[in-house]
Parts: sequence; structure tokens; C-alpha cells
Amino acid sequence: MFRSLRTLALVAALAAGAAFAQEYVIGVSIPAATHGWTGGVNWWAEQAKQRLEATYPNLRIVINTASSASEQADDIEDLIAINDIDALVILPFESDPLTEPVASVKERGIFVTVVDRGLSREGIEDVYVAGNNAAMGRVSAEYIIDRLGGQGKIVVLRGIPTTIDNERFDAFMELIEQTDIEVLDSQYANWNRDDGFEVMQDFLTRFPEIDAVWAQDDDITLGVIEALRQANRENEMFVVGGAGMKEIIKGVMDGDPLVPVDVLYPPGMIATAMEITALNFVSSVPILGRYILDSPLITQENAADYYFPDSPF
Amino acid sequence: MSVPEVATAPTWRHRVRSVPWQQLTPLLGLVLLVVIGALIHPSFLTSTNIFNVLTRSAFIGIIAVGATFVIIAGGIDLSVGSMAAFLAGAMIMFMNAIRGDVSPVGAILLGVALVVVGGLVAGALNGLAITRGRIEPFIVTLGTLGIFRSLVTYLANGGTISLDFALRGVYRPVFYGYFLGIPIPVWVFAAVALVGAVLLHRTRFGRYVRAIGSNAEVARYAAIRVERVRTLTYVIQGLCVAIAVVLYVPRLGSASGSTGILWELEAIAAVIIGGTALKGGSGHVWGTVVGAVMLSLIGNVLNLTSVISEYLNGAVQGLIIIGAVFLQRGRQGR
Repeated sequence: MFRSLRTLALVAALAAGAAFAQEYVIGVSIPAATHGWTGGVNWWAEQAKQRLEATYPNLRIVINTASSASEQADDIEDLIAINDIDALVILPFESDPLTEPVASVKERGIFVTVVDRGLSREGIEDVYVAGNNAAMGRVSAEYIIDRLGGQGKIVVLRGIPTTIDNERFDAFMELIEQTDIEVLDSQYANWNRDDGFEVMQDFLTRFPEIDAVWAQDDDITLGVIEALRQANRENEMFVVGGAGMKEIIKGVMDGDPLVPVDVLYPPGMIATAMEITALNFVSSVPILGRYILDSPLITQENAADYYFPDSPF
Repeated sequence: MSVPEVATAPTWRHRVRSVPWQQLTPLLGLVLLVVIGALIHPSFLTSTNIFNVLTRSAFIGIIAVGATFVIIAGGIDLSVGSMAAFLAGAMIMFMNAIRGDVSPVGAILLGVALVVVGGLVAGALNGLAITRGRIEPFIVTLGTLGIFRSLVTYLANGGTISLDFALRGVYRPVFYGYFLGIPIPVWVFAAVALVGAVLLHRTRFGRYVRAIGSNAEVARYAAIRVERVRTLTYVIQGLCVAIAVVLYVPRLGSASGSTGILWELEAIAAVIIGGTALKGGSGHVWGTVVGAVMLSLIGNVLNLTSVISEYLNGAVQGLIIIGAVFLQRGRQGR
């Protein structure tokens, strides 16, 4: 119905002799804001939508959030059936269950951009935008090795058991194992503050000597910090988190000795993907391909570049 | 569960029989876990670790005391975790908003008042929808679970709501402080459990709750106002959630969409591990306390050892929970 209405409008416009650019609809499908990082993704998607729609009047952007993989598959069908999208930008909940739904979108001739989590089959998407989980692990390891001079005792708090967590952890361990640094233990803290607090409390009970903590994520980091304060051991060690939460970046900027650095894994990558996808419809610049965003080390010197006080994350 | 009446003068044998052995079985699992913990790591029995475990169990424990009433009366409340997250978020935003107009202590007291009223209202809404609306408790509270969860996500704008740092310093001792050498959350947990136990086991209201759970029809013929008592159990649950939130907020000073996820299952598990029947009718508050402490202990013991791969933590937790309840079933047959 929408299509026929639009065709009608187009015909009317043409008949009137107006130079009327065709309207394009970009559907964006992302996970619901269930934790800090996905909250950031939602905020950046909204920002990009506003900017793109203001800049290009012939673009319309529809954002859908899903709280499970199957709900996301339904969302994709709705985007096609109801909004008649010309392009899909998707940050898949999980790779495997969404590979076929996205492949069938592609078969309909819709432009597909995949963000962060790659699909299980190659060659489906036109554009791929992602952070670099392995690099995130490596950058964290390099900093810790450097700070400790290649020896010492550390504990590791992992995320939720997923490919993302494994990629980070494996890359981290690969470098650590080449040094004299001992990993006392690693436990899952599920990218969650409360779990970070409790796991760290127990690490502190168990190990009288800890030189550094790899918390991998800024939500976990906040829990770890409170546990350290409670035990009055915040002067004994430092914490390396990750992602780029504004509270942590602020701490790095202010020179907090407990959290001297952060490693970026930007939720803004969804906006990058939307901008690139939009270019496909408003210009003829070449855009097809894979875009891997860096995971730079955020230090006191460059923290201001990564500080977004308006973002919820 | 009342102590069997003894007509003759209590002899030694009668006394032994009158001890509710059956009810003591939840303790078995707890004692076993403590022994295992002590063997695994020398730091396990330090006061720091014991207090860590007890303060951690306070949130789930306090909520589970409320859940004991709901479950004994034959109901269920799935919304407690989301309700806690929503109340925590609302409390933090409210305190941040009024901090300019009142003293920090005043802001915190008003925040506490808001949470308590909020908890009572939320519980009453659950209860009324179930009793007056005649909708299954599972469905009502599954619905409110989703509603509270989305509301906190909405309030947080998808991110995290953080308490103002000036307030945090003043509020912090409520979680981290000690009174007579024991952490404040442990005192509050003990007080809630005590009040709950008296209410359930020593008052007419408590008898009504159990009567309704074992047979609502008979209770109705006995002129018990079934609807009202049922609604009140959800109000008690809401109040317990509010008390837990008052202790939770000063811990990390923040709330988000991921606060309190799965707390409802942990609270229900604590109640059942403690010997309360999921179908209602019988149970006791102190068993729930033991159940809540056990759940925290399992996590603690697993964190203190590297023997078990972190990939298998969930499986071990599951086995211990099933084992604990199995111990009770074995005893109840006698």
C-alpha cells in the first residue's frame, strides 16, 4: 500500500514537472538497550538518523530494536513488509540464527550492511563494519605487559560466554603467555556491574597479591572499583577495562591512577555503518567492502577525543 | 508449622520428638557447603569473606522473605527483579533531582520514602490485578516484569542512571558501614527475616496465609477474606523489594536495564531450597534465609577455586541446588 501511495505521489510529482528525488528507506535493526554498550548503540543510531534525515531529505530511516535473535528475525520481515526498505543495516544479536534471514533480505535485492557480529556465511553483505575484538584483547595485554615490565600477577574478569568474549580473551592470553605474568584466575562477570563487584570481592579474598586486573569492559570495571575500595586495596593495583564508557573516559582524562587507560570498542560503529550505507543512495562514491575500526588505547593525552558527555554510555 | 501439642508433661523423648527435625534439613546443605568452602581455601572462613557472602545474600534474601509469603499463599511473583531495577532507577533520579533543594541526608530520606511507597504501590497493583482482576499470578507478574524492565530502560535512556557523587558519599555507609562489628545489610536482613518469621508463624494473618495456600476454598468457608490476604502478600513482597533496593543503591550507586536480572528466579529458588512447597500451604521464613545464603555461598565457593572450569560454574550450581532439595525430600519420607 505504501509503495503504491509512493508511486502515486511520484507520478503526481513528475506530472507536475517538479524535480523530485526518489525517497529511500534505510531500515536499522539493533539489539535493545539491555546493557551499557547496547544503550550506546541505540543512542548513536538515533543521532545518525537525525543527522542523515536532516542532511538528505530523500532519506528515511526506521530503527527497530529487538531483545532476542528470533525477535530480530521478525523485525527484519516487518521492515520489508511494512516499510519497504531499500537498505538494511543490522547489528545481529547472534551470528548463526540471523544468517539465513539476512541472506533472504539480500536475495530480494536489498542493500545489506552488517555491523559488529559477522554472519556465519561469507559474501552476503555489501558492507561490513566492525570493531576489532582481537585487537582489543591485544591492546589491553600490551599495556598491562608494558606497565608491569613483563612480570606480575593479574586476574581476568570475562564477559558473557560468546564468540566476542573468546576472541578478546584468546588474543589477550596469547600475548600474556609469552611473558612471566601469571594469570591467577579468570571468571565470567557477564559484562555486568554487580557480577564484577562480587567476582572481584572473591578474587580479593583469595589472592593477597594482585598487580593488575583485566576487566575487559567498563561496566565490570565499575563493579571492580567498588570492590577494591571496600577492601581498601585500590592502591595496590590498576584496572584495564574496555569499550569507552563516558564515566571511565572521564576518569582517564582526570588521571585516575586506578583506571589509567581504557581500550575503545566504540558503540558509535552503528552510526559509521549508517553513514556509509546512506552514501550508497546519495552519492556515487565507492563504498562496498569491509571496514574494521581500531581499538586504540585511550590515555590521559587523547581521552578528550573519546569523551561524549551526552551519550548515555 | 506448629509444634505438635504434648498432653503429658514433656519428657526427654517428647522434647526430642518435638524438635522439628524435618525443618532442619535445609541446614544440612548449608553446613556441607561451609565445610567444602573451608577445605577449598583458607580465606573462606575469614570474617571478611563470611560478611561478603552474607551482605551479598541480603538482597535476594530480603526479597525472598517476601516471596515466602506469596508462595505459601499459593501465588508467585516474577516481577521482583524488574521492580527492584525500576525502583532503584526512580530513586536515584529522584534524589539527583532534589539534591539542590534539600540537604544530602534529607534527599536520601525522601528517596527512601519514595522507594517504600513505590514498592507498596507496585505490590498492591500486582495483588489487585491478580485478586480483583482474576488473572493468573504468573501472567500478571510476567507482564509487570516486562513493564518495570522497560520503564527502567526508558528512564535510563538505554544507559545507566548514576547517583550524584556528593550523595554517594553520604549514602555509602548504608551498604558499606558496620554496626557492632557486623555489616549493616546483614542487620537489616536479620531484622526483615525476624519480622517475617513472627508475622508468618505467630499471627492470625500468618495462619490465614498458610490456610489459603493449602486450600483456598476451605479458607473461604472459614470466613477468611481470601482476596484481601492474597493481595496483602504481594504488598509485603513489594515492601521487601523496596527494602532491598534501599540497600542496593549505595553499593554501586547506579541502576540500568541489567540491574536485578533473574533475581526473581534466585528468590524463588531460595524459598524452595528453604523447604517451602512451590504449590503453597506450608513453609517457613528461616528456611528461606538459609536458601538465600546457600545460593550466595555456591557462587563464592566457585570463585574461590580454579579446579572447576569457569565454563562449568552453572552446571555445578544447578547440581548443588537439586542436591540440596533432594536431601530434604529424602528426609521428609520418614
